[in-house]
Amino acid sequence: MQNYASEDRYIKELDPKKHEIALSTEDLHVFYGTSEAIHGVSLPFERFKITALIGASGSGKSTYLRSLNRMNDNIEGTRVDGKIMYRDIDINGKGVNVYEMRKHIGMVFQRPNPFSKSIYDNITFAPKRNGIKNKKVLDELVETTLKQAALWDQVKDQLDQSALALSGGQQQRLCIARAIAMKPDILLLDEPASALDPISTSTVEDTLLSLKDHYTIIIVTHNMQQAGRISDYTAFFHLGNVLEYDITSNVFQRPKIQATEDYVSGRFG
Amino acid sequence: MNDEIKEKLLKKSRATRSEFRGRIISFVCTAIIVTVVVSIFYFVASKGLATFFSNKVNLWDFLSKTIWNPGSTDSHGSPQAGALPMIVGSFAVTILSAVIATPFAIATAVFMTEISPNKGYKILQPVTELLVGIPSVVYGFIGLSVVVPFVRHTFGGTGFGILAGTFVLFVMILPTVTSMSVDALRAVPRYYREASLALGATRWQTIYKVVLRSSAPGLATAVVFGMSRAFGEALAVQMVIGNAALLPHNLVSPASTLTSVLTMGMGNTVMGSAANNALWSLALLLLLMSLVFNLVINKIAKRGKF
Repeated sequence: MQNYASEDRYIKELDPKKHEIALSTEDLHVFYGTSEAIHGVSLPFERFKITALIGASGSGKSTYLRSLNRMNDNIEGTRVDGKIMYRDIDINGKGVNVYEMRKHIGMVFQRPNPFSKSIYDNITFAPKRNGIKNKKVLDELVETTLKQAALWDQVKDQLDQSALALSGGQQQRLCIARAIAMKPDILLLDEPASALDPISTSTVEDTLLSLKDHYTIIIVTHNMQQAGRISDYTAFFHLGNVLEYDITSNVFQRPKIQATEDYVSGRFG
Repeated sequence: MNDEIKEKLLKKSRATRSEFRGRIISFVCTAIIVTVVVSIFYFVASKGLATFFSNKVNLWDFLSKTIWNPGSTDSHGSPQAGALPMIVGSFAVTILSAVIATPFAIATAVFMTEISPNKGYKILQPVTELLVGIPSVVYGFIGLSVVVPFVRHTFGGTGFGILAGTFVLFVMILPTVTSMSVDALRAVPRYYREASLALGATRWQTIYKVVLRSSAPGLATAVVFGMSRAFGEALAVQMVIGNAALLPHNLVSPASTLTSVLTMGMGNTVMGSAANNALWSLALLLLLMSLVFNLVINKIAKRGKF
């Protein structure tokens, strides 16, 4: 593999007057023990848009994504330096209520991970922890989130059955429904479709596109067609750096950086 | 060349012969084990049932009468083999010790897996293993010299009794239940915890609502396993319970368990006598109970798959 100089990069700047920025990082570094996995990434994420993070395995895109709602806190020996700005607050700073923050920045994982509870209880897990007890409110929430996740018609008659009995694609959409049940601002998705077959993948993609009106979505994907199909912006990660960040069509059709072109045209990775 | 391969395809080789030998060896070993188990069952059952068939003790009397004196006969001419005091004693110490041990064991397990999975685990893991390895006579000895006087001073009575037995069994089953609970908690996939945390749940909410809930079958197995251990424990209990075959009226009066009566009586009866057969009936009861415990464990374990 060729080495690309780190100066050799193109990060599109978003004018805050024209684009509302929901989340941004400034010079974010992630260390695993002594080794540095992310070498200072600064990216803005526009509100109500889908941003795709692409790159080869080990390029750091998942690590970066997991830092955004501080899921790396729970991994021993991991350190995250730099700023993550959300509503003018550095949520990577000390004194931030991590649990409160995660209610606004939700996450869906690569592997569908519903709890071994009923479909209903999976969705109401977070709302109940937030003190919503009213059965009517919860019922309504289950229905609207499942509809948003395009799962309602398939499961409305079996809400009290175990979520583990669903197919992989249904489980993943349930996880998306569960994440949006706490009404977050931002949804982080870590390769949400990589464990799914093509049909389930396309339903999950449709779900994401329909969610775009209400949520800011940041998605890590291995699948470049997927990035091309659903995202507005794309960031190309390479060895812990972002080499190119631009409007998706530019990244795929007129990449400004050689490494990006090599990657999106399939010459490496 | 081709014919050579053809020939070999139909011939037995070293590999097929060693395969055959291996199958024979494992079959023979299995057969021996099964024979031993079946023989033990048969032996205990035939001896234990003799009380009811040869000595004409009514099964209901055996389970419900409170006078245990199988050497002598009652007004109907059948031996006085009322095992209720021992049955009550066994269940009392088992259930009480499990009730006390469970919260401690689960709390320790949560500490070892969730709260301090590195340092705490490294310290507590060898400690629990050590506690499992201490012989029961040592526990009994400590019980006799520390717990019994403590109970006597604090709660009155002689100190011997169900309470002392409970304390000793609590310490004895605690490490077993703890280490099995640790296994159950560790079997909860990490992505369950991540899913919960990513939904904004706190660490405690995650432990309480997700980790403990989804490992509940494993935790129940651990408790039942501890109970089966407590139920079958003989020596340590015998040393502190007082060994009076009386229906216990409180927790500090001398009592007895199925196992303690067995260990006390087995040297003092003549094989084939009514007194001896009555002891075998107790043994049969113990065997059946451990069977029940195993069935319960199996039943729970089947539900605990992720």
